[in-house]
Amino acid sequence: MNEPQAKIEAALESQGDEYLTFRLGEEDYGVDILRVQEIRGWEAATRIPNSPEYVKGVVNMRGSIVPIFDMRQRLGMEVRPYNKNTVVIVLRVKNDRGERNMGVVVDEVSDVLSTQRDRIRNTPEFGGGIATDYISGLADADDKMIMLLDVDKLLNQGQQTESENEDAA
Amino acid sequence: MSIDMAQFHQVFFEESFEGLDIMESGLLNMDPGTVDDEEINSIFRAAHSIKGGSGTFGFNDISSFTHIMETLLDEMRDGRRPVTPEAVDVLLRSVDVLRDMLAATSDDGEVDEERVQEQKAELEQILNGKSGEVATDVAAADATAQPVEGAEIKPIGWHIVFRPLPHMLRTGNDPLRIIRELAELGDLKSEGDISALPALSSYEPEDSYLSWDLHLHGDVEKQAIDDIFDWVEDDCELIIMPILPEGEPEVATVSATAAPAASEPEAPVVQAAPPPVERRSKKDRRSSKDRRTNNRRQSGGSSGGGSIRVEISKIDALINMVGELVITQSMLSMLGEDFEMDRLERLNDGLAQLERHTRELQESVMQVRMLPISFTFSRFPRLVHDLSSKLGKKIELKMTGENTEVDKTVIEKIGDPLVHLVRNSLDHGIEMPEERLAAGKPETGTINLSASHKGGNIVIEIRDDGQGLNRDKIEEKAIEKEIIDEDHNLTDQQIYELIFAAGFSTADVVSDVSGRGVGMDVVRRNINELGGNIEIESDPGKGSAIIIRLPLTLAILDGQTVTVADETYIVPLVSIIESIQVKADQINRVAGKGETFKLRDEFLPILRLHKLFGIENPNASSLEEGLLVVVEGDGRHCGLFVDDLLGQQQVVIKSLEANYQRVDGISGATILGDGSVALILDIPGLLRLASETGADSAAKQTA
Repeated sequence: MNEPQAKIEAALESQGDEYLTFRLGEEDYGVDILRVQEIRGWEAATRIPNSPEYVKGVVNMRGSIVPIFDMRQRLGMEVRPYNKNTVVIVLRVKNDRGERNMGVVVDEVSDVLSTQRDRIRNTPEFGGGIATDYISGLADADDKMIMLLDVDKLLNQGQQTESENEDAA
Repeated sequence: MSIDMAQFHQVFFEESFEGLDIMESGLLNMDPGTVDDEEINSIFRAAHSIKGGSGTFGFNDISSFTHIMETLLDEMRDGRRPVTPEAVDVLLRSVDVLRDMLAATSDDGEVDEERVQEQKAELEQILNGKSGEVATDVAAADATAQPVEGAEIKPIGWHIVFRPLPHMLRTGNDPLRIIRELAELGDLKSEGDISALPALSSYEPEDSYLSWDLHLHGDVEKQAIDDIFDWVEDDCELIIMPILPEGEPEVATVSATAAPAASEPEAPVVQAAPPPVERRSKKDRRSSKDRRTNNRRQSGGSSGGGSIRVEISKIDALINMVGELVITQSMLSMLGEDFEMDRLERLNDGLAQLERHTRELQESVMQVRMLPISFTFSRFPRLVHDLSSKLGKKIELKMTGENTEVDKTVIEKIGDPLVHLVRNSLDHGIEMPEERLAAGKPETGTINLSASHKGGNIVIEIRDDGQGLNRDKIEEKAIEKEIIDEDHNLTDQQIYELIFAAGFSTADVVSDVSGRGVGMDVVRRNINELGGNIEIESDPGKGSAIIIRLPLTLAILDGQTVTVADETYIVPLVSIIESIQVKADQINRVAGKGETFKLRDEFLPILRLHKLFGIENPNASSLEEGLLVVVEGDGRHCGLFVDDLLGQQQVVIKSLEANYQRVDGISGATILGDGSVALILDIPGLLRLASETGADSAAKQTA
């Protein structure tokens, strides 16, 4: 079981010690705070025709066109109507072609979590059905468990995960 | 006082590279045998500037190398040396070497010393070795001239009338320096003429009013005098006359050095009263020449690596906008100092203004990067002219859409591929005149080079009316080169595309024009790197066309805003033929599904945008309620059904791919006046999308 270990080490190297945490329903998630470009309130996006369900559209972020993804739909959770707490976190996503900015819609932003590296645990194997590819580790924050997301894997348009699935198959 | 010269190096290099471009284009424009004064002057001046600059900055290698070129050019300019194709070739190669030297110096790289020396030797060989021939020519010319002139007359001095134009001082030239330099050449007597001096009240301290009558005695070459006046010849009236011994009338003779300069030195015509005086200032000529040099300069700038030449008007617009922005900013900060709620409206206004100005500013900055494609096209007339005479073909080049604005990066990268394609058309496409006549075509072949904004792309077309692609030959070659199997079942179109395969060339004889087989695959790769694609069309016996489509990452586009339900899209104006409202009886159904309508004598398929894009609840569900925008893409027409048309506007195209990915039927996005995003339709892509989804099966059936 070296692979999860390696994953965590890679995560530790690439990620800082502070995470922006947000909520989706009852669950807490965190992303590397250094990847966060902007947090903005939800506003209607321009729909992109024939795009996957979780792509909410594109918005204008200081002159560049940024796609917005619904985090719930991306993670396969039930859809919930947007309200005044709904926010968009604009993240810097890296792939082999460079960096891109993408926004994710989350229920609400909760906090900034400073955590010790030794408090991050491996992602346990949940078995089939639950995608753990996007989760780089679990952070133990007092009474809560926060799932740390690997934004690169999550937001690279499924291409990467698809190819990984192919590899696995 | 010490000045850090290094800060000027960049400027020097930029100017020098531009100078080299001027030299290159000038040399290419020179018809061997005849010397166009203006052409050679501009080449000479460019060389002279490079020499001067490199000397100033201590780049002595460059300076000494350029000096040799300059000497050669100078002799050509004076007509002391005929302009031969060989000499032009050597000069062109020298330009290349010089460019390498400059590049190496500016990048602190290594200069290929050996090549420089070789080229130097070649230049010197022309200067010395061949000058023997030339000298005999000159001697012969003299010999024929002498019997008429009598004994050889060497001027004992020169009479120079030097009248600076009023603006000369402003060009940074000092007449006194010139006179001092003249005085160094020999015994100089000068008479100043102060008659033009105005009254003190109307005296402009920056104008020059004085003129001089100079008598220079001594054994002085006219060249030496010319050199001194070289920098000011456009800024003064200058008459240089030889003073001949024994009081011979000044005007009645031709000096020995001037003889070869006369147009027909071998024709011993008695020159009764020809004006041997050379009036070197022609104001009318000067203005046109300056304009030309300016144009050249601009086109030269296109190949400059890190810098860009921008129209003053664009800069002015930018400055204006920054000014507005500053005003808005100070207004807002004043408002913020003691803000009360009743001023909320003003705050909102201010913020809206700020937003607008910022956006305008951003758009203008983007405009700065846009250049007309004529920067690239301008090199083709010469290329076609040169190659057609070399190949013995008669070819006319037509260019359209030179003003299409293209991003600077595209301009820089599209040049070489285009040269390659045009060469291919010349070499392989257009037939020899006899063949053309035999095929019942006009003797002169035509190559059309056009650029346009079309369907969300920049489309560059190279179309010739030559023989078209030879399908069988390509097929044979591809099999021979094992690119395809013998029992392939490729369509004609797929066979044509094989010319883009690596290592493919069909030229029977590998010429130096094209046919080395390193061409088309590289062309395609370059175009693909720009995010574009390349297509080929061929009609055997009638001609072929290469169509390059480039994305408009930064381009500005004229768009028509259309709405469907609550969504807004931009249709590129160039794709729109017309917009109409149809009546029920104009609409036909094919196989109960595909809708078509009859526009004049054509049946056009109808694409319902809301169906194609999955838009819910369009306002217009029946065709009579909405509008049909008749659009054209990839040569096909169709009616695009939308709810309504809004205004037309120029939009800045933003890439969807930068942060997202390519979307079928969409070429990009733009930001509307209210800050929201609207997607720009890619009409050809939309048509493809429609055929894929079978929505326009009707189109196929009617076609």
